[in-house]
Amino acid sequence: MSPKTIAPVLALALLLLWARLACALPAELVLAVAAGQSDEQVAAVGKLVASGDAGVEVFFQALLDGNVQVAGGKRVLVVKDEQGVDAATNEKVAPLPDGLEDAVVNNRLRGALEAAMGALKLTSPDRAARLAAVKALEDGAGEEMLPLIGKALAAEADPQIKRLLSLVQAGVQLKSADPAVRMAAVKALASSDNSNTKTLLLGVLEKKGDSFAEPDAAIRAEAQDSLKAVQSRLSVGERISQVFTGISLGSILMLAALGLAITYGLMGVINMAHGELIMVGAYSAYVVQNLFRARLPGLFDWYLAAAVPTAFFASALVGMALERSVIRFLYGRPLETLLATWGISLILMQSVRSIFGAQNVQVENPVWMSGGVEVLTNVVLPWNRLIIVGFALAVLLLMWFLLARTRLGLFVRAVTQNRGMASCVGVPTARVDTLAFGLGSGIAGLAGCALSQIGNVGPDLGQTYIVDSFMVVVLGGVGQLAGTVYAALGLGMANKFLEAWSGAVLAKIAILAFIIIFIQKRPQGMFAVKGRMADS
Amino acid sequence: MGPFATGITRLYGRKGWIALAVCAAILFVLFPLANLVAPKGSPLYISDYTVALIGKIMCYAIVAVAMDLIWGYTGILSLGHGLFFALGGYMMGMHLMRMIGRQGQYQSDLPDFMVFLNWKAYPWYWSFTEHFWYSALLVVLVPGALAFVFGFFAFRSRIKGVYFSIITQALTFAFMLLFFRNDTGFGGNNGFTDFKRILGYPIATSETRMALFTLTAAMLIVTLLFARYIVTSKLGRVLTAIRDAESRVMFSGYNPVHYKLFIWTVSAVICGIAGALYVPQVGIINPSEMSPANSIEIAIWVALGGRGSLVGAIIGAGLVNGAKSVLTVAFPEYWLFFLGLIFILVTLFLPRGVIGLLKFPRRRRA
Repeated sequence: MSPKTIAPVLALALLLLWARLACALPAELVLAVAAGQSDEQVAAVGKLVASGDAGVEVFFQALLDGNVQVAGGKRVLVVKDEQGVDAATNEKVAPLPDGLEDAVVNNRLRGALEAAMGALKLTSPDRAARLAAVKALEDGAGEEMLPLIGKALAAEADPQIKRLLSLVQAGVQLKSADPAVRMAAVKALASSDNSNTKTLLLGVLEKKGDSFAEPDAAIRAEAQDSLKAVQSRLSVGERISQVFTGISLGSILMLAALGLAITYGLMGVINMAHGELIMVGAYSAYVVQNLFRARLPGLFDWYLAAAVPTAFFASALVGMALERSVIRFLYGRPLETLLATWGISLILMQSVRSIFGAQNVQVENPVWMSGGVEVLTNVVLPWNRLIIVGFALAVLLLMWFLLARTRLGLFVRAVTQNRGMASCVGVPTARVDTLAFGLGSGIAGLAGCALSQIGNVGPDLGQTYIVDSFMVVVLGGVGQLAGTVYAALGLGMANKFLEAWSGAVLAKIAILAFIIIFIQKRPQGMFAVKGRMADS
Repeated sequence: MGPFATGITRLYGRKGWIALAVCAAILFVLFPLANLVAPKGSPLYISDYTVALIGKIMCYAIVAVAMDLIWGYTGILSLGHGLFFALGGYMMGMHLMRMIGRQGQYQSDLPDFMVFLNWKAYPWYWSFTEHFWYSALLVVLVPGALAFVFGFFAFRSRIKGVYFSIITQALTFAFMLLFFRNDTGFGGNNGFTDFKRILGYPIATSETRMALFTLTAAMLIVTLLFARYIVTSKLGRVLTAIRDAESRVMFSGYNPVHYKLFIWTVSAVICGIAGALYVPQVGIINPSEMSPANSIEIAIWVALGGRGSLVGAIIGAGLVNGAKSVLTVAFPEYWLFFLGLIFILVTLFLPRGVIGLLKFPRRRRA
């Protein structure tokens, strides 16, 4: 033999020797897992995990992958690519013996194995891996894991993992035969904020026939208290997520209504095509997304940076064209404006249907907008909604700045307050009208771009928001940015809270009824313009 | 014929009555003969489809007259007339559902959708609907009562103009959502359909259809004359005055609220009756009839025909719906473009509508 051929053989022999030294597993346990009865199997899995041997993980993975076979009911082999290795001793077995049978991994064993694999990661040096392992265990840890959990708990330094781990431990200890252990566990569970804990504690309090699942009355009372503590903590989370969805809906309504606050609120134009301008913005985002995917796939995650201005200008251009061609001839005739702009909305909707088809189109979130922030274990705030709340605020600030601090804004306000006088001092009123209408339409486009990130984009997108956004403006009062903001947030919140209480449709009806009644009392909206303007 | 002429001549002049008589003759004599007596295939024969289509359009024409009363004459743009129309239709539909008896899919005493929801009995608001007279009463009362209550609050707090339009739209939208729910007890999405008989007669035969057709024609003529009676009366003059200068009417010692409330309620009731005639002819009523789009479309019928002209409203309803039935078949994609253009062009270039073109071809717009 030449040294070239000897070297690999020698290496293999050394490897096997090392493996044998390091990874000898108790043969009877291995056999019990691979070929025992269901209860034996699960018990043996627990014992193997508790042994803390490094070879356990390899063996379990092989079981899960379906690579374990049993020879004659005695010897357990890990067979892969026609190569056999004894699972207990890690010796190579060649040739493979006859009469091999696949080890049966039923669902119960599979669950136990997966939990065990998780538990083994509890001692991983990587913090993220440990955290993931604890989270996996939260959903189902068996009593056989207790020693391992105890070991991990003793070694754990991270406070968050430690807290979670001790809860898992308490959950397991609840099933213990020793009342003192159970009592301690019930007490420990009180500090949990996991919804699984609720199920655990309810299980303790459950009544089976005449007897309770928990025989000890003192423990039951303690469990009752713990349950209350957990529930109140959970309901805090529920309330937080409710408030957040309310704010989120409110910010969307605000985006949809802000443009209307200019065109209707300041200029007095009833624009029934406002919803369709939102839709134009959403479709612009779709087109930009497709362009990026086709031409600049590397920059795809940043397509929104181009989509936002595109949506603004696309809608603004459409809006300015409308103002020039139709709406300016109808100033001072609001009912006619309503009908004409409705006609425009029909045409825009049908155009989009002809160009892009009647089906909804897909607009993908960039990677940095997917996922969410976990505030509490039962509250996850999605990034896309958070970003839209921020975006709505930014648009609001931008609009306030434009109207209150720029020359255009000054002109818009001047024309609104006294058209004749503004014209006399040299304000080009017609151009200001066009620009203001364009601004309002552009903001509708921004709303559309934002909506494309959280919902369906289709030809009917605008119709869904038109009634809502008019309600916001009507409720908020004409000519008032602040009114629009408060009305949008108020409606968003009210909608979500009522929804939780009475279902989506009834909530919507209740809100509409409320607005109708509210307008009876305050026809000018929440923030009425006082003085001469109010009567015109 | 001055504004204070009395009696029959107050409504229409000699030519007007002759024209009306000709129309009535066509509807009451020619149509039944051509549909029922003329043999199929002969050039005189009018198909059941045409009869159903014209019957449907006449229902819309009744709605257009009601809309003209409130918008054309009183200046209040309602975006809720589709709601009153659908409510009338639903009230009639409830009776027709009852008349299906055990002939539904599940052969139950209850309508199919209730069986599907696992309901054991009719909800309270369905009681007595098996009597035709009671349902007919509901057709008038339900839209009327809703309009009265809504109008009372709206007009009392002096909501007008676009505000009124928008909250009537919100009202319609709310009702549409309500009727889309299965639990509301009106068949949810699918509404009412598969009617079998009306007043003991099978509903799908040519004879029943023709009876419904002539009934609708009669109702259209009665509505036209009644509306004409209102607008030529002193009441009608006050309504027009409210449209043109509401404050002045108030300062002259009239309370506009009473007048507006009256005409608003009357208009809603007329719509309800039209809906009740519509449902047995088309054989279905569902919540999409309540969609805000339908209500706005009613306004464009009137605007196209000519606001402030009752005959114009009828012509407008006929033109738009006639065009719709032709174009949605011939060019389904272009119908909405066409409808949208009607909205824009009529408001920009035809403030007096088609009737304005016929009556005052050269007059500049007011």
